[in-house]
Amino acid sequence: MIIAERKPIDEIKSFIEGQKKVLVVGCRGCVTVCNAGGTKEVEILASLLRLDAQKEGHDVTVDEHTLERQCDPEYIDELVEFVDKKYDAILSMACSVGPQFLSRRYPKENIFPALNTNFIGGALAHGIWAEHCQACGNCIIHKFGGMCPVTRCSKSLMNGPCGGSAGGVCEISKEVECIWHLIATKFMEEGKLEQFAPIQPIKDWSSSRDGGPRKIVREELVK
Amino acid sequence: MSDEFEPRIIAFCCQYCSYSAADMAGSMRLQYPTNVEIVLIPCTGRFDVILALKAFESGADGVYVAGCLEGNCHFVDGNIRAKKRVAYLANELKKIGIEPERIAMYNLSASMGPRFAEIVTEFTDNIKALGPSPVKKKLAA
Ligand code: SF4
Repeated sequence: MIIAERKPIDEIKSFIEGQKKVLVVGCRGCVTVCNAGGTKEVEILASLLRLDAQKEGHDVTVDEHTLERQCDPEYIDELVEFVDKKYDAILSMACSVGPQFLSRRYPKENIFPALNTNFIGGALAHGIWAEHCQACGNCIIHKFGGMCPVTRCSKSLMNGPCGGSAGGVCEISKEVECIWHLIATKFMEEGKLEQFAPIQPIKDWSSSRDGGPRKIVREELVK
Repeated sequence: MSDEFEPRIIAFCCQYCSYSAADMAGSMRLQYPTNVEIVLIPCTGRFDVILALKAFESGADGVYVAGCLEGNCHFVDGNIRAKKRVAYLANELKKIGIEPERIAMYNLSASMGPRFAEIVTEFTDNIKALGPSPVKKKLAA
């Protein structure tokens, strides 16, 4: 899923400074699962903003609504009844796709991102997420024991480990495991070192961001 | 009638410890301030940040969560989770200019009636010293 986290409250406050009517919009997709922008997080942010406004003696209304998803036009359409209520600012608690879709659908509205979108990853434990995919557009993890060196090696090396690998840890930080150490260890333990040995060719990055912003058209699905 | 500020305090009390301790304090006829309104929860692991935020929005001057002694949670680590949530919220409140001391976590066992009374007194005194919630002050103005 897409992993995101809420922006610092000060930054969010700066977006809505002087505004009287604010709508906080959540998303029931990835950001609900990673506890960044679901119904609960919308409630918490809206409550904090109301408390802040009350404390300052400002008369500010902060409403809440959570959409099924903010990356599909049909759900974005559902917000029309709220937009009709004329908000001075709309805070999207989706990944960055959400505020972009909202801005396109409601061009006259003042839309702000309330989250920072961090990476594509998974939960290692409740409350701990780690990056696992970089959306390079050409998955090759089967060659590396089911691990992705494109994402999880700091240098995206196709033939690792590099000289910076020490004790299973990457040279950039003691907090970062060397994925190449894990890949090599897995092959060794399984006695398949010969499968590990082949030199991998230079990766074709044309399917990645190097080819510019990407788009997929599936004719069989297009109406 | 005295003009002294009487804070409104909401306490989220776990049924296995502090709620029973409150009963014991009552049976022991212990005196403590009447400012605290108790909300029974099945475990402090049920405590959620939003519950405290709603209390503050509704005009509470202080909120505390009272759970079992660490290591004694009926659900293993509910009180540890609650402690982290309280710390998280204290930090968020601080960032919007509300004194973080308005939210606190306490630990006690069901047999600690006197400690229950002591906590109520201590927290009430702390909140009295802070004065009314900055949110409420403006609401009244
Ligand atoms: S130490 Fe390992 S993870 Fe870090 S850059 Fe080198 S091969 Fe990649």
